[in-house]
Amino acid sequence: MTLQVIWFALWGLLWAIYFMLDGFTLGAGMLHKFLAREDLQRQQVIRTFGPVWDGNEVWLITAGGATFAAFPTTYALMFSYLYAPLLLLLFGLIIRGVCFEFRGLNQAPAWKRGWDWAIVVSSLVITLLFGVAFGNIFQGLPMDATGYHGSLLTLLNPYGLLTGLLFIVLFLQHGALYLAIKTSGDLQERARRTARTLWPFVLAVAVAFLAFTAPATALYGNFQATPTLWVVPLMAALELIAVRLLLAQGKWLQAFAASCAAIFLVVATGIIGLFPDLIPSSLDPTYSLSLSNSSSSPYTLGIMTVVIAIFVPIVIAYKIWIYRIFRGPVSDASEEGMGGNY
Amino acid sequence: MDVVLLSRLQFAVTTMFHFMFVPLTLGLSILVAWMETRYVRTGDDLYLRMTRFWGKLFLVNFALGIVTGITLEFQFGMNWAEYSRYVGDIFGAPLAIEATAAFFLESVFIGLWIFGWDKVSKKVHCFAMWMVVLGSNMSALWILLANGWMQNPVGYVLRNNRAEMVDFVAMMINPYGLIKFFHTVISAHLLSGFFVMGVSAWHLLRNSHPEFFRRSFRMAAPFALVAACLVLFSGDMQASVVARYQPTKFAALESTWDTQSGAPMNLIAWPDTANERNAVQALPIPKMLSYLAHKDLNSEVKGLKEFPPEDRPPVLPVFLSFRAMVGLGVFFLVAGIAAVILSRRGMLMRHRWFLRLMFYAIPLPYLANQLGWFAAEVGRQPWIVYGLMKTSAGVSANLTPGDVIGSLLGFTLLYGGLGVLDFYLLTKIAAKGPEDAVTRGQEA
Ligand code: HDD
Ligand code: HEM
Ligand code: HEM
Repeated sequence: MTLQVIWFALWGLLWAIYFMLDGFTLGAGMLHKFLAREDLQRQQVIRTFGPVWDGNEVWLITAGGATFAAFPTTYALMFSYLYAPLLLLLFGLIIRGVCFEFRGLNQAPAWKRGWDWAIVVSSLVITLLFGVAFGNIFQGLPMDATGYHGSLLTLLNPYGLLTGLLFIVLFLQHGALYLAIKTSGDLQERARRTARTLWPFVLAVAVAFLAFTAPATALYGNFQATPTLWVVPLMAALELIAVRLLLAQGKWLQAFAASCAAIFLVVATGIIGLFPDLIPSSLDPTYSLSLSNSSSSPYTLGIMTVVIAIFVPIVIAYKIWIYRIFRGPVSDASEEGMGGNY
Repeated sequence: MDVVLLSRLQFAVTTMFHFMFVPLTLGLSILVAWMETRYVRTGDDLYLRMTRFWGKLFLVNFALGIVTGITLEFQFGMNWAEYSRYVGDIFGAPLAIEATAAFFLESVFIGLWIFGWDKVSKKVHCFAMWMVVLGSNMSALWILLANGWMQNPVGYVLRNNRAEMVDFVAMMINPYGLIKFFHTVISAHLLSGFFVMGVSAWHLLRNSHPEFFRRSFRMAAPFALVAACLVLFSGDMQASVVARYQPTKFAALESTWDTQSGAPMNLIAWPDTANERNAVQALPIPKMLSYLAHKDLNSEVKGLKEFPPEDRPPVLPVFLSFRAMVGLGVFFLVAGIAAVILSRRGMLMRHRWFLRLMFYAIPLPYLANQLGWFAAEVGRQPWIVYGLMKTSAGVSANLTPGDVIGSLLGFTLLYGGLGVLDFYLLTKIAAKGPEDAVTRGQEA
C-alpha cells in the first residue's frame, strides 16, 4: 500500500515536472510567429529552447512509461479509451518535433513560413489536448463494466474546454516569461509586454476554473477532508499573484520561477484532488481506476522505486548542468551551420 | 478487416518506420563521435569538417527517430490494451527504465552537442556525442530486453489474472533478449558503415572533396567489416536461441516440415504450406541444420508438423525474409572485405565500379534490418508473448475497425509525408557535401 501511494505521488510528480518544463516550449512555440518579426528573431526564439526541449519532452515519455510500469491497467484503459484525442496529440508531438530541425534546412521563405505555422499550430494543439484530457480526467470518464461510453465529442464539454483554455493561457504566459529572460532587443521588449498583457487573462481563467471545479468535479473532496491540503492551491494562487508583482518590479527571472511554481502547483492540486483515483469513473465509482485496483505488484513497484531513486537524481544533476551552460540570453546573431540545422 | 489485423498492420507500419531511422542513429553516432575524438586528439581541421558534415546528416535522421518513437510508446496502450494490462507488470518496467536511463541521456546531450560548439571546451563537446552513443545504445538494450521477453517470457508467474514479475534479474539476463540486442545493434552499426561508405563513394565518383571522402570511407570500411563479421556470428547465436525457445519459428525460418535427427540444410527450398512440404528442395548440406540449431551434428530438429496448424506462423514470408537477410549478410561480408582492402591500398579511385556498387548498396542494409524484424515478429505469430498469450487476445477491446482504419490512414499519410521530406533533406545535405572552411565556432 505504501509503495502504491509513493507511486501515485511519483506519477503526479512526473506530470507536474513535464508541464512545468514543456510548458515554456509550448508557450514560446505558440507565440513565436507573433513575437518574432523577422527570420533572425524567429531563429532566436527557437534557439532559446533548442538545447532543452527534447530533454523536457522525455518527462512525458517517462510519465507514460511510469504509468505503464506502475499502473498498467490505467495505462491500458486510459490510452485505449482516449484513442482519438491521443492520436491527435501524437500527430501534434510528431510535427512539433520535426519543425525545429527541418525549418533551417532550406532558405526558401515559403518553406520557413510553412514550418513557422506548423510550430504555432502544433504547440497550440498539444496544449489544448492536454488541457482537455486532464479536464476530463478530473471530471471522470464515462466508464463501467462494459467499457467506455464517451467519444471525442463528449470530451469537448464546457469544463474540459475550460481546462484546455487554462493550459493555453498558463503556457502562453510561461513562454512569454521565458522569452523575456532568454532574448534581447525589441524581441525581449515584446515578450515582456506580452507577459504583462496576458496576466489578467490568466487570472480570469484561473478563477473561473477554480469556481467551476466545485460543481463539475469531486476534486475538492480531499481538501475538505484534510483542510491543511488547501495550502497547495493557495500557494498556486499566491505564485500567480507573485508573477504579477515581480513583473511590475522587472524581476523577470523570479517571475519566470514563480510561473514554474504556479504550473507545478496547479497540476499538484489536480492530482491531490484525484487521490486515490488515477482516473475516476463518472458513472459508477466502483469502476474508477485507483492506485489499489490498477497498480503493479509490490515486487515491480519496489524494483521501479530503486530504478527511479538511482536515475532521476542523476538526470536532474546533468540537466541542471546543461541549463547552467546555456544560461543567459541567446545572442541575436545568426548561428547557421553551427553543427545544428537550426 | 478486423481490429486485430488492422492493429497489427498499424503496429508493423509504425515500428518499421521507426526502425528506418534507429539503426543509423545507433551507428552513425559512433562514427561521428570517433571523428570528433580524432579532431580533439590531432587538431586536424579535416576531422572537424567530417564531424560537422556527418553530424548534420545524423541530426536529421535523429529527429525522425525521436518523433516516430513516441508513437510506439503510446501504441501499446492505444491498440494493445489487453496485452498491456495482462503483462504490464513485467513488460512496462524495461520501457520505463529505457526512458529514465537512456532517453534522457541522449536527448539532453544531443542538445549540448548541437548548441554547445562555442559554449564548452572541445573535449566536453566531444564527450557529449559519446553520451549520445551511450544513451541510444542503452535504449536499444532496454527495448530489446522488452521485446526479448515477448519472444521468451521469463521471470514471471501468473497471478491476479495477469503475468506478474517475480525475478527482475531473469528478465535482464534473458539470453533471448541479450543476443537479440547484440545482433540488432551490430546490424545497425553495419548499416551506418555502409551508409558512410555509400555517400562517400558518390562524391568520390564525382571527384568532389576527394581527400575528405577518402578519409571518411577509410574510417567507415573497417567499422563495417567488423560489424559484418559480428552480424554473422551473432546471427548464428540468434538462430540457436530461436531453435531452443521457439521451435515453431525455427522450423518456419528453415521451412522444415518433419522432425529429424541430423537434419540437413537445403540451400534451395520453396515451402508449400497447403501440402505441408517443400515444393522444391535441393542442394542439401548434410547435418548442417542440426548443427546450426543445437551445435551438434546429430541433434533433433523439430518440424512444423509437430505443431497444430493454428500454432504455426505463416511459413513462406518468414522463410523468404530470413533467407534474404542471410544472403545479404554474406554479401556485406564480401563487400566489407573489398572495401577495407581497396581503401587501405588507396585503390578506390581506380575501381569505379566498386564505388558505384557501394553507392547502390546503401539501401541494402536497411532492407536486411527490416527483413530481420519481419522474420522475428511474423515468425512469433500467432503469439504476442510466445507460448503465453495469443496476439488476438491482446488487442484493445473498445476499438472499432473504423477507429483503426482512421488512425492507420492518418499515420500512413503523415509518415509518408515525413519520409519524403526526410529523403529530400538527406539527399540535399549529402549531395551538397561538406563546408569548405569551418566558419564560426572555430575561434571559440
Ligand atoms: C517491445 C516490443 C517490440 C519491439 C521492440 C518491436 N516489436 Fe514488432 N511487434 C510487437 C512488439 C515489438 C508486438 C506488439 O508484439 C506486435 C504487434 C502485434 C503483434 O503480433 O506483435 C509486433 C508486430 C510486428 C510486425 C507485424 C507482425 C505481424 O503482424 O505478423 C512487424 C512487421 C514488426 N512488429 C516489426 C517490428 C520492427 C521493425 C521493430 C523494430 C523497431 C519491432 N517490430 C520491434
Ligand atoms: C516497439 C518498441 C519501441 C518503443 C516503444 C520505442 C520508443 C521510443 C521512443 C519513445 C523514442 C523517443 C525518445 C526521445 O524522445 O529521445 C525512441 C527513440 C529511439 N529508439 Fe525506439 N522504440 C521502440 C523500438 C526500438 C528498437 C527496437 C530500437 C533499437 C534497437 C530502438 C532504438 C531507439 C533509438 C536509438 C532512439 C533514439 C532516437 C533515434 O533513433 O533517432 N527503438 N524510441
Ligand atoms: C548469416 C547471417 C545472419 C543470420 C544467421 C541471422 C539470424 C537471425 C535470426 C535467427 C533472427 C531472428 C531472431 C528472432 O526470431 O528473434 C534475426 C533477426 C534479425 N536480423 Fe539477422 N541474421 C543474419 C544477418 C543479418 C544482417 C546482415 C542484418 C542487417 C544488417 C540482420 C538484421 C537483423 C535484425 C534487425 C533482426 C531483428 C532483431 C532480432 O530479432 O534480433 N541480420 N537474424
